[in-house]
Amino acid sequence: MALLVVIAIEIARLKDLFAVVMLTGIYGLISASFFVVMDAVDVAFTEASVGAGISTLLMLVVISLTQRSEHPVRHRPVVALLVVMFTGSMLIYGTFDMPYIGEGDAPIHIHIAPRYLKDSMQEVGVVNVVTAVLASYRAFDTFGELVVIFTAGVGVSALLMTAGRRDDKKPVGSINDSMHKQHLVLRIVSKIMLPFIMLFALYVQFHGDYGPGGGFQAGVIFAAAIILYTLIFGLTSARRVINQTTSQLVAAFGVLLYGSVGLVSLLNGGNFLDYNVLASNPISGQHLGILLIELGVGITVASVMITIFFNFAGRQVFQKNKDT
Amino acid sequence: MLAHLPILQVIVPLIGAPVCVLLSRASLVWLFALVVSGLSFIISALLLQQVLMSGTIIYELGGWDAPWGIEYRIDRLNALLLLIISAISTLVLLAAQTSINKEIPAEKHTQFYILYLLSLTGMLGVVVTGDAFNVFVFLEISSLSSYALIALGRDRRALWAAYQYLILGTIGATFILIGIGLMYQMTGTLNMADLAARLPEVAQTKTVLTAFAFVITGVCLKLALFPLHLWLPNAYTYAPSIVTAFFAATATKVAFYLLIRFTYSVFGVSFSFTALPLQFLFMTLGLLGIFVASIAAIYQTNVKQIFAYSSIAQIGYMVIGFSISSVTGLTAALLHIFNHALMKGALFLALGAVVYRIGSVQISQFQGIGQQMPFTMAAILVAGLSLIGMPLTVGFVSKWYLLSALIEKGWWPAALLILIASLLTLVYVWRIVEVAYFKPPLSTHSTVNEAPLAFLIPIWLLVIANIYFGIDTRLSVEVAHSASESLLQAQGLVIP
Amino acid sequence: MLMGLFNNWVVVVLMMIGLYIVIAHGNLIKKIVGLTIFQTSVFIFYISMAKVDGGTAPILMANVTKYANPLPHVLILTAIVVGIATMALALALTVRIKEAYNSIEEESIQEQNTKQASELDELDPRSDKY
Repeated sequence: MALLVVIAIEIARLKDLFAVVMLTGIYGLISASFFVVMDAVDVAFTEASVGAGISTLLMLVVISLTQRSEHPVRHRPVVALLVVMFTGSMLIYGTFDMPYIGEGDAPIHIHIAPRYLKDSMQEVGVVNVVTAVLASYRAFDTFGELVVIFTAGVGVSALLMTAGRRDDKKPVGSINDSMHKQHLVLRIVSKIMLPFIMLFALYVQFHGDYGPGGGFQAGVIFAAAIILYTLIFGLTSARRVINQTTSQLVAAFGVLLYGSVGLVSLLNGGNFLDYNVLASNPISGQHLGILLIELGVGITVASVMITIFFNFAGRQVFQKNKDT
Repeated sequence: MLAHLPILQVIVPLIGAPVCVLLSRASLVWLFALVVSGLSFIISALLLQQVLMSGTIIYELGGWDAPWGIEYRIDRLNALLLLIISAISTLVLLAAQTSINKEIPAEKHTQFYILYLLSLTGMLGVVVTGDAFNVFVFLEISSLSSYALIALGRDRRALWAAYQYLILGTIGATFILIGIGLMYQMTGTLNMADLAARLPEVAQTKTVLTAFAFVITGVCLKLALFPLHLWLPNAYTYAPSIVTAFFAATATKVAFYLLIRFTYSVFGVSFSFTALPLQFLFMTLGLLGIFVASIAAIYQTNVKQIFAYSSIAQIGYMVIGFSISSVTGLTAALLHIFNHALMKGALFLALGAVVYRIGSVQISQFQGIGQQMPFTMAAILVAGLSLIGMPLTVGFVSKWYLLSALIEKGWWPAALLILIASLLTLVYVWRIVEVAYFKPPLSTHSTVNEAPLAFLIPIWLLVIANIYFGIDTRLSVEVAHSASESLLQAQGLVIP
Repeated sequence: MLMGLFNNWVVVVLMMIGLYIVIAHGNLIKKIVGLTIFQTSVFIFYISMAKVDGGTAPILMANVTKYANPLPHVLILTAIVVGIATMALALALTVRIKEAYNSIEEESIQEQNTKQASELDELDPRSDKY
């Protein structure tokens, strides 16, 4: 925890954005390990892949598109300090009546949560309670979350979209092309690794019922594999494998898959996302439902991440072309 | 299917958004979005009718009973909001195709409609849910899509406005998240009704007070209550006209709904208004907001900006009604939500028509529009009169209720200040009217003529609504009144 | 007493450093970083409240009776996703702002905006190329 504070202060002080981004990545990684200590393995997994992985990557791309250092601020940020002090002391004030961390009889441990721990095995039939709550009890939140990701994908491509088809035909499609021709070792190693990463993604996808994992993490890992491919082999060849229109279609498909699970349960006489009615036996219905929606999540997350990355990378090409 | 209306309300636009990707032509997407939005309008009308006849509707998602799963809970208050949002959305979409053809490059049209539907989904989802965390999720859907929509504006300042809005909006959302976390920590539940039942037990703790403060601050950031309004003027001014019309009429209403929901239903009136000096605070901020924003509006040269500032002032009126916390006061606030949506929807759509024909909304460019675009300008005039609060328009009705609520309490000074503020409104509306009707058309505008029907139809529907509900007040007043009555009665007490 | 709350205080300090970066710094990327720290710290706060002494991760096993509370974990999973979505959009905006203003410093952008407003060239707004 002390480490986190040191990092946070360093981030505030440093002017070199590259260092700042790296530290932010480390910040994410350390919080992830803290989550493990706090018994939140699923969250740790996600934070590690998002906080230390995807977000660092995106920020690096953006720095390369913009600038590397921060200009010093001239005015003294007194107002900011006052706001922060006030908000902080309000929060500290609020902590005084809080139950202590780890106390088993705090309100959150006696109301609602016990049922998840006690009955989810009979009601949902999944060993990982986090998955049971995420994908069944509070499946609608997860649907919302998926839509948030979808929104971000559409939003980013609306902002960064360059008239797509033209640069496929251009010979200089990507700046990466020439740079990476020489790195033979990198190319071979990554070629060997790619199938394993994808396999691991599939494992994470379908293992969510038993251990930490699930659609979101799997999607991120899968996207990471594609992004790795792009980094090594250049944007043009990656685009040849997966083009942007397709990945948007796929993203939409994931959301629709999730939604149609809900609609089918409506048609079968249940409420929206009530998996019990999906099969003759409630437990197998729950299993089927969870499997399908996790698949929907995985598909959309992977394709949105890829879309977002391609958009940023494509912008780089666009800027280059504009300059010349 | 009738039993599933609550979920269909949100699901129809939600599913509609990704389906747009599958459609090939932009005009097809527009038609589809229009149909989807129209459907959700019909659903909301049916829902309102159901609620009025048989009381609160509860819908359990996933079939899990309430505090364990997420439930939708619709009473008169949110049924009214649903109707406003989906109606405005549909009317605005009518003009969308014509307008964005001019303002947004063609390859982005599909994305525009997807984002539009998503933002509609987000707003409806926030309003309809009975679960505090679900509010956060859907709030983020509507916010993210609105950042992107605003950034689609032609001017580069749209980008900057969207960025500022994103930063402030996210701080607001994170504040709400902290507040929800603190509430959850003290009660162990996220369900609003359950929270309302369990909070009184721990109401005296410092943690709950902090939770309340954070939720309220976060909501007020989204509401753009003075002095947290800084993101609003630029966002409204530089967003595409259609987006401005949609958001100005709906987005802040959703935040205001949350304010009411959290203070009245979740924390309860007796807690909310005694734990913090809310009454005094909101009354002061409301009045200050009205005056500062109205005066700022007078000095703007961009007409969209004038009405953006005017929106901040109108939020002041709503907040004052809210702070009175009597049935009449709350009725006034709810009526003003409804009425303001009608006025600002008409106004910003009309401005969209002006942009369509002239390409600018600088006040200097309005010269002679009164003759060249008579119907559009007449709409601005009527909606402007409604904004001032002229009799026979809806603006008069809500101001009347607000004044009588203040006088009921004996708060004469506040009532007087509101009357004075109406004069300020008169000043900035008059500036536009003067330029438009009493100056000759600019030579560069000699070919300008009336806006196309795609604009005029929705604009005039809204204008007619402005007049109709200004004369026949039965429907709107009855819903608003009974909603506020039940909000206060659920608490079993009315603040003296 | 002190130990039971100490963790929370550290988290509050973290949140406030994040918030401070967002408000005080003028660089757009730095602001986004600040926002990320602010949000991550809120996640830490949620996760710490789920902890139960002597409990394990909420994956059901025989012979184990004490588990951490799964609900905050679920909420934070959702919130992390929302966070990354927001960040991606913010970064996209930053790239576009850089292209349109050739700067990602708040001061310089504000300056250019004031200048643009005073020029009153509203008839032909300097719209950037899409």
